[in-house]
Amino acid sequence: MRKFAAALESAGYVAEVMGRSFTFIVRKPRLPVTMRLMYDYGLKSLPVVMTVAFFSGMILALQTGIQMAKLGQEQYIGVIVALTFAREFGPFMTCIVLVGTVVSAFAAEIGTMTVSEETAALEVMSIEPIGYLAAPRILALTVMTFFLTFCALVVGLLGGAIVSHAQLGVPYHRFFDLALDSLSGRAWLGLPKDLYSGLLKATITAYVIGAVGCASGLRAQGGALGVGTAVRRAVITSIVLILVISYDFTWLVYRAFGP
Amino acid sequence: MIRLDKVSKAYGERSILRECSFEVRKGETVVVIGASGSGKSTLLRMIIGLARPDSGRVYVDGQEVARLRRKELQALRSRMGYLFQTGALINWLTVGGNVALPLVETRKLPPDEVAERVDKALSLVGLAGTRDMSPGQLSGGMRKRVGLARSLVTEPEIILYDEPTTGLDPVTAHIIDQLIIDLRGKLGVTSVVVSHDMEGVYRVADRVAMLYEGRIIATGTPDEFRNSEDPIVQQFVTGALEGPLADRARQARASRPRGGG
Repeated sequence: MRKFAAALESAGYVAEVMGRSFTFIVRKPRLPVTMRLMYDYGLKSLPVVMTVAFFSGMILALQTGIQMAKLGQEQYIGVIVALTFAREFGPFMTCIVLVGTVVSAFAAEIGTMTVSEETAALEVMSIEPIGYLAAPRILALTVMTFFLTFCALVVGLLGGAIVSHAQLGVPYHRFFDLALDSLSGRAWLGLPKDLYSGLLKATITAYVIGAVGCASGLRAQGGALGVGTAVRRAVITSIVLILVISYDFTWLVYRAFGP
Repeated sequence: MIRLDKVSKAYGERSILRECSFEVRKGETVVVIGASGSGKSTLLRMIIGLARPDSGRVYVDGQEVARLRRKELQALRSRMGYLFQTGALINWLTVGGNVALPLVETRKLPPDEVAERVDKALSLVGLAGTRDMSPGQLSGGMRKRVGLARSLVTEPEIILYDEPTTGLDPVTAHIIDQLIIDLRGKLGVTSVVVSHDMEGVYRVADRVAMLYEGRIIATGTPDEFRNSEDPIVQQFVTGALEGPLADRARQARASRPRGGG
């Protein structure tokens, strides 16, 4: 019962960080700091996101392509890779990578500040740690996730195309023609639905997991051990939330706009 | 100006303060002494609203701190300064950036005035010329003095010092003590100081209060403390090896369960 109450309290605090950060982002955005954080956390994550996306695209094309080749349908592999990456794989994979590289860093950095009383020092100076520390980080992660997810899609497609050509003999133009057709064929609010629903899902997820990382750091207690606990809590919670948001968002989109 | 009324606080099973009552008058410097872990820092944190009492009330200028709304608490804190034990400097800001932080973030002052106030505060703590250094380049004592400069830069009416001279060399400790005395004398600042350094306590205190087992067990002038016949006070101020404090520590050790770890 006590653990359940503690979990509810933590969830409430994450919600508070999300809400108050939004207020700070709208009312008093710290743009120079946010730009620096976008570079530090976002742009520096680009190589790892691209590497993971490239190999994921290759693996997806190979595994699916072999089965499709048995049915003589390997020419359509571009459709599978494009839709899988745009709808699920791109947002999911990008967010998982960012949990390891960025959310854990948020929890560690802010957690260290909390256990060394730096966040308390901000409070006594009437500076809200949520506005000063969390809001710029969450905004930076949210904006960069949008771009990183798009990059992951492009690079994943490229990986898929190379494997499809080399291993399955699918011409590049055939792969990309079908891939782009499948993405642009379904309009949603005048935009390609599969692409934008995926990007929107990643962006919303990034806002939530960014808040989880910052909230865990702000509630860290008890020295280095407490920082470790905060990071572990942030990573586990974020991974679970990525899955929950991914399913719920997909369900909502297809419920509202059809498959 | 500051009043604690039967304040109790526990962390988990461990009771820190037990119906502790205590008062600081305007313009007064009160030093709270007591053994490590006796709740002195908790007491300061309650005064500035960083910790909430489990029961009892803390008043600053007649306002009950725990009942203040966010904006009201911020308004109250803007009149207060707080020196943390470690200085609590923001690591990615320079020394100047740290000292300027409360001015830049909460007051709309022209950059020239901010720079002037930062230089003045750093000079007061004997750190003129360190504005562009990073906290990583400073010793522990210097970090603490930068923290003190940051507390002074807003010219607060109340300053809470958490062990201001611990870890400083005797000369620097004396300079900081003199600064606390000057702030009271020239600006009428009300101060609550938590300290173990008895020489410093006798120098700066108008009144001394001793915290023992969660309660203030004695208050008085430095002279009254120096000549106190209370065996607990006497052992603490003289640092004698034998006495009730040592007996209590032995009892605590004996009652603690043995185990690895």
